[in-house]
Amino acid sequence: MLLKTTRACDIRESQVTDESLYKARRKFMQGTAALAGASMLPASTLWPGPARAAFNFGDIEKSGFSTAEELNSFEDITSYNNFYELGTKKGDPKRNAHRLVTKPWSIRVDGECGKPGDYDLEDFIPAPRLEERIYRLRCVEAWSMVIPWVGVELGPVLKRFEPTSKAKYVQFFTLHDPKNLPGQRRSVLDWPYREGLRMDEAMHPLTILAVGLYGKEMPNQNGAPLRLVVPWKYGFKSIKSIVRVHFTESQPATSWNQSAPREYGFYSNVNPAVNHPRWSQKRERRIGEILKRETLPFNGYAEQVADLYAGMDLKKHF
Amino acid sequence: MQAWTLKNISEQILRMRLGKPLVFTACLIPLICYGYWFFTDSLGANPIEAITRRAGDWALRFLLITLAISPLRKLTGWQGFARYRRMLGLFSFFYVCVHLSLYVTLDKFFDLAEIIEDVIDRPFITVGFTAFVLLIPLAATSTNRMVEVLQHRWTQLHRLVYVVAMLAVLHFWWMVKIDTREPAIYAAVLAVLLGFRLMFYLKRKLQETE
Repeated sequence: MLLKTTRACDIRESQVTDESLYKARRKFMQGTAALAGASMLPASTLWPGPARAAFNFGDIEKSGFSTAEELNSFEDITSYNNFYELGTKKGDPKRNAHRLVTKPWSIRVDGECGKPGDYDLEDFIPAPRLEERIYRLRCVEAWSMVIPWVGVELGPVLKRFEPTSKAKYVQFFTLHDPKNLPGQRRSVLDWPYREGLRMDEAMHPLTILAVGLYGKEMPNQNGAPLRLVVPWKYGFKSIKSIVRVHFTESQPATSWNQSAPREYGFYSNVNPAVNHPRWSQKRERRIGEILKRETLPFNGYAEQVADLYAGMDLKKHF
Repeated sequence: MQAWTLKNISEQILRMRLGKPLVFTACLIPLICYGYWFFTDSLGANPIEAITRRAGDWALRFLLITLAISPLRKLTGWQGFARYRRMLGLFSFFYVCVHLSLYVTLDKFFDLAEIIEDVIDRPFITVGFTAFVLLIPLAATSTNRMVEVLQHRWTQLHRLVYVVAMLAVLHFWWMVKIDTREPAIYAAVLAVLLGFRLMFYLKRKLQETE
């Protein structure tokens, strides 16, 4: 049963500009801005929005870390989401996507580091060379997708802020904007959403900050403008719409762990041998397939990441 | 020409013996709709999860509708509702069977070991499965013949439906990850329906002592 109430201010599907049209308009705007640039006027003074595109999606490198598995469709990836800030049902984030305001966007960096401060998105990742990373995403709810993310490795981004020797962990926070984000008006989770990684996990080359998917800017419902992707952990670790990065010496609080510590651990590595108390993790349904497939340890990335956890009891540190 | 009042219309339907066929057809609407949407791939990215859950929703809804019959009868004074109670109850059982078969086939693909593990280890499945098992004797004794055979024990047996309804709501409540708004609605409806029964019971007791 859907508990949807339509308010007068809600935008109807029919009123939303079709994406292709919207993109075409954006291209036109960018073209206009380029012309303006050519006439020696700073583009940002004319059009402070889309023209100041932070990332160059025209030049995306392929990556050796990508899987060759069949991709899930753009439609599936952008219409079946867990993003509780935009609603708790799978279709809510797409329906409420317009409520997430991503421009302007700045990220606060603080804690154990040499260069704390508030950074605009463009300065947080200056002139990045974007990479396409096709990763499996395994949700803790026992479904999975294959998603062509576009982004950069997290490690080099973090290093620029000079984490100190005390920075053993890094914690991330999602935007807190209850005025706009309908899900944050109820306390289903302790807002803002927070996640964390051990420093060596954060520095691992598989860990990325994604700014887009399918070669395009990140759709709001997938965590625009900037989200984490940690492919060997359950999806909820890959925090969306990041506004704060906090370096810390002790293991940081993480939202689902705070809400149900018995069900969601800090590490939350994909592990078919450790069941969620309420469902099995042995198998998963790849979205688009009928029969379930076996879930692999570390979501199939064991070769790259298993040694991060050498000597640890993964049943205890689930 | 009679006026088009609800009473006149319903009496006309009864005279034409259309009541049961109409209710029966109405009860099939969810099955037809979701079946159609499933085979035309319009249930979103995870259609198997969607139809399994919607079958569960309708099982619970029909159970609550069935439980609404006797309060409605007492509140409106119209006895006609009673003739649909058995059919509604059986439809609840029918949607439970659809819900369970989808779980056994598409979700677990007949993996008996895993199903047993689920039933034993996962409380929400334990209560859901218990509710299903308890519904079996109720469905099996729903014929006129069984009512005659069992007599007053039939009434006692069929009080199990209150337990089933509570287990079903609990099954839903424990399944959701964190947002309990929806199961809370079903819990509230059930509380009202059981509340009526308590009220009628107390009223009767009070009258008996007077």
